[in-house]
Amino acid sequence: MTPGVAGSERVAAPAARFDVERIRADFPILTRTVRGKPLVYLDNAATTQKPRAVLDALAGYYTSINANVHRGVHELSERATRAFDEARERVARFFNAAHAHEIVFTRNATESINLVAHSFARPRLKPGDEVLITAMEHHSNIVPWQLACEATGASLRVAPIDDRGELMVDELERLLTPRTRILAVAHMSNALGTVNPVADLVRIAHAQGVPVLLDGSQAAYHLPVDVQALDCDFYAATGHKLYGPTGVGVLYGRTEHLEAMPPFLGGGDMISAVTFEKSTWNVLPYKFEAGTPNIAGAVGLHAALDYLEGVGRAAVQEHERQLLEYGTELLSTMPGVRIIGTARWKSSILSFVMDGVHPHDIGTVVDLEGVAIRTGHHCAQPVMERFGVPATARASLAMYNTREELDALGRALERVREVFGA
Amino acid sequence: MSELSDLYQEVILDHNRRPRNFHAIADASHRAEGYNPLCGDRLTVYLKVDGDVITNVGFEGSGCAISKASASMMTDAVKGRSVAEAEALFDRFHRMVTMPPEAAVEDLGKLTSLAGVREFPVRIKCASLAWHTLKAALAHEQRTSTE
Ligand SMILES: Cc1ncc(COP(=O)(O)O)c(C=O)c1O
Repeated sequence: MTPGVAGSERVAAPAARFDVERIRADFPILTRTVRGKPLVYLDNAATTQKPRAVLDALAGYYTSINANVHRGVHELSERATRAFDEARERVARFFNAAHAHEIVFTRNATESINLVAHSFARPRLKPGDEVLITAMEHHSNIVPWQLACEATGASLRVAPIDDRGELMVDELERLLTPRTRILAVAHMSNALGTVNPVADLVRIAHAQGVPVLLDGSQAAYHLPVDVQALDCDFYAATGHKLYGPTGVGVLYGRTEHLEAMPPFLGGGDMISAVTFEKSTWNVLPYKFEAGTPNIAGAVGLHAALDYLEGVGRAAVQEHERQLLEYGTELLSTMPGVRIIGTARWKSSILSFVMDGVHPHDIGTVVDLEGVAIRTGHHCAQPVMERFGVPATARASLAMYNTREELDALGRALERVREVFGA
Repeated sequence: MSELSDLYQEVILDHNRRPRNFHAIADASHRAEGYNPLCGDRLTVYLKVDGDVITNVGFEGSGCAISKASASMMTDAVKGRSVAEAEALFDRFHRMVTMPPEAAVEDLGKLTSLAGVREFPVRIKCASLAWHTLKAALAHEQRTSTE
């Protein structure tokens, strides 16, 4: 791997030309002003903005297709069902899953992880067994495992990170024991930007017979992801960070696991026959999709993935790499600013603190300059503790960001310094 | 610009830089910890109550400028007051910071400088943390949270 570039996955040839102004024109919200200033949106790790193609797909779905899926023989229901199935196939291609039925639609990454914790992990966990995670996980990849451990008497183990925010792989290897039942790791950290060597981790874990879930919430919209090349057992992603709508998430799971797992939620669509004595589960992936799914969300996600691949994932990655380099340089030359998370392999995230100024005050002052960043613990309180800070300010990048926007952040931070005399 | 100076008024910046009564009290009769999980702000309020009067008050902790300044001003405002007066002041302060931004505010002296948080809904909790913690200390609760 080369610094700033992620993963050992396939990297396509760069697209002919990356024209950020043309891309910006595709995102209607970017033309609005905030507090009288042009919006500078640098909170992409929380959620990304949506291109017009996604908005049109949502409107188009409700305007001319809307019906429930898998239920009617009428024309619209068939069309809605087809649109939903095509969205699943699109997602499968995007992650290079071997089969569309290995893609389960959920509400978000959180639900995807809970599904695995509940239906895959719990039945295998006994008192004394272990679940292994890392010190850089989002609460969504901590709490479901704590619940599973509490319910079964298993214990949660945590692989440490170093001062740069890199996973200590040797330590992780030591923590893989004959009692480890699953390893759950972020492909990329939302608080630090660290990109983990996930293909290596999968190899190490599989050598001990330990299945692996990757939390791809951040990685999926920055890096190419090939679940077959990674050889992971599960991969969780969330539509709203993939330039798609909120309320739709993705779980990739290998066929043999999904087949063997009991359902997560019970209800309509997930069964093939119901009597009051017993129900028979539906086939994959419907077994895990109880109730009416977020059909419009899936259709919107389809459009988002088409858009992202139309721009070119390698081109996006290269653009974001250059921006990260520029932003890192900008922040590290500002007196009193310290970047939290300086891993050799990272992407798109600039978490930082400023001497003598609380991150919340930074957030408010830069907001008044029209610059949207996130401040707080980023749902990763253990990471904050590791670095001895109560919170950080975080600027996070997406394909439509520019150097000028990072300059605007720099100017806003100068204002912070003026106000607080830091 | 004007919004910025409305929120971060000079008196607030001053109390942030040089917080008053910023220390523990060894012989405190009441004490409570406040925590705002949203921003990670934490503070401890110490009170010495003699009879009905708050004779000494201090605080420790870390937080944003708004929460620190508010805690500092709160300690100044309640020192030497009766418990009933402090509780009444809590109510008036709470009313002030939760009123709609366009509503006229009652003059609470220096505390009025914090009325600017009404324009920033997520910051209201920063301004009220110290006051909630004071109330919890008076009620002998050991912990409070703005959630
Ligand atoms: C690394 C990581 N994991 C999980 C999540 C949870 O995503 P969601 O809230 O969409 O379920 C996020 C996003 O906040 C994240 O950044």
